[in-house]
Amino acid sequence: MWEPRTIGLIGGVLVLLGAATAVVHVLSRRDDTGLDTALIETFRLRVRAWWVLCTVLAAAFLLGQMVTMIMFGLISFWALREFITLTPTRPGDHRTLFWVFFLLTPLQFVLVGMGNYGLFSIVIPVYGFLFVPARIAMAGDYKRFLERTAKIQAGLLICVYCLSHAPALLTLNLPTDGWGPRARLLFFFILMVQLSDALQYAWAQIPSKHVIVPSINPNKTWEGLLGGTASVTLLGSMLWWATPFHGANWWMAGVMSTVIALMGFAGSITLSAIKRDRGVKDYGTLVEGHGGVLDRIDSTCFAAPVFFHLTRLWLGA
Amino acid sequence: METRLTLNILALLARFLSGASARWIDSQPDTCQRIYFANHTSHMDSIVIWSALPREVRMLARPVGAKDYWTAGPIRRYLSYHVFNAILIDRAEIKVHRSPVDIMIREIGHTHSLIVFPEGGRNTTGEMGEFKSGLYYLCKRRPDLELIPVHIDNMNRILPRGEVLPVPLLTCVSFGPPIWLEQGEPKFDFLQRAREAVRRLKEM
Repeated sequence: MWEPRTIGLIGGVLVLLGAATAVVHVLSRRDDTGLDTALIETFRLRVRAWWVLCTVLAAAFLLGQMVTMIMFGLISFWALREFITLTPTRPGDHRTLFWVFFLLTPLQFVLVGMGNYGLFSIVIPVYGFLFVPARIAMAGDYKRFLERTAKIQAGLLICVYCLSHAPALLTLNLPTDGWGPRARLLFFFILMVQLSDALQYAWAQIPSKHVIVPSINPNKTWEGLLGGTASVTLLGSMLWWATPFHGANWWMAGVMSTVIALMGFAGSITLSAIKRDRGVKDYGTLVEGHGGVLDRIDSTCFAAPVFFHLTRLWLGA
Repeated sequence: METRLTLNILALLARFLSGASARWIDSQPDTCQRIYFANHTSHMDSIVIWSALPREVRMLARPVGAKDYWTAGPIRRYLSYHVFNAILIDRAEIKVHRSPVDIMIREIGHTHSLIVFPEGGRNTTGEMGEFKSGLYYLCKRRPDLELIPVHIDNMNRILPRGEVLPVPLLTCVSFGPPIWLEQGEPKFDFLQRAREAVRRLKEM
């Protein structure tokens, strides 16, 4: 586990976080920067939450695959809580929801932990999705039936099924064996998602009239998307040595980073649309300054399955 | 009573399980004697409010509950006697000179606060029922107590009436600005005003 690559990756992240903390410290001391104080405060809270995220991830990796699985399972569970809380359901959905929370969600992570690709890739989108409408029908309430079914299915798909593909990276058969390369692969993925979020946000600060979807998120501009994606691709390519892609073609890490950035964008715009419809700004209040858990992992949820499948395909696992 | 540590851990656990976020709207937590009155949608309501209060305030707040429910089974007994320090009302034995209001007034003395659910029973539809007159008589006896309206959102989705298994959604507990019983205010008007104070927290 303590190979030079791992140490390099951890060291790099620590330097990055240290630099961010220093910037925050300097910015909050000086009042002549001409920057918006609210912006600095947001940045400060974000940096603090990144420290939390990195510490939790590092701890989970150190404790092994089981703990990492359980951690991701809990994140999924909490995200689904936030999702369903915001979605109006009817009393007739109560028992369906019980099974969704306490059977389907843990089952998915158990199957992922067992590395049973054949099962974990179909249990929710086939059997889960058939179970949900059938159980709602059994409860006898047919009002807005399809709508209610779709809401629960969407929650399961985004918060549980998609997210579970991130820890599933740990079960891939990589060309180089051992825990180190796998943990680094997952860490690389999470790091790229976080960087892509941050960089797209940073690039979007450029005054611009090219808002992508003004009705859904006025902060997402074409400059943000393109600039963010380009910088993430560059950073990802520079980190090629830390990933299992280093044995294959050097450009793979870069392409993967592009995919992560684009899927991350898709995820956050989708979840924004749901929030818009429900008339809220954030999903919850667990991590200060970061809205809810779901606000933090929206990009991860969308990027995880694509990253997982591409890695599986390319590394021929 | 259990040690402070046990209580704090239990409160933390309850907060985590109910996912409750507490909002104080034009209102501040305070250790002064108060009556927290809330809408009643599930058996977990007292636990949720109790755990949403800051520690110092929580130590002084005593929920009021039905004796038959809160003494059935070892867990409920433990919670009501050792954790919440609940004031239990025997619904079968309500007498004129030992009315629930008398018991509550005697039990809180000059230090404790009360958590009450003036609707009496749990509402089923999500719409709040009419308030019972107990709150009015309580205020008549102790007009100095601050009345804090509390609204619990989503509990009726977490554990609807008649269901045994909960669905772990997130609750939101809102505390509103204090109200008092005005001098000479008729019972009906006061109860309507109190009910409205809870109801309007939902929209804020």
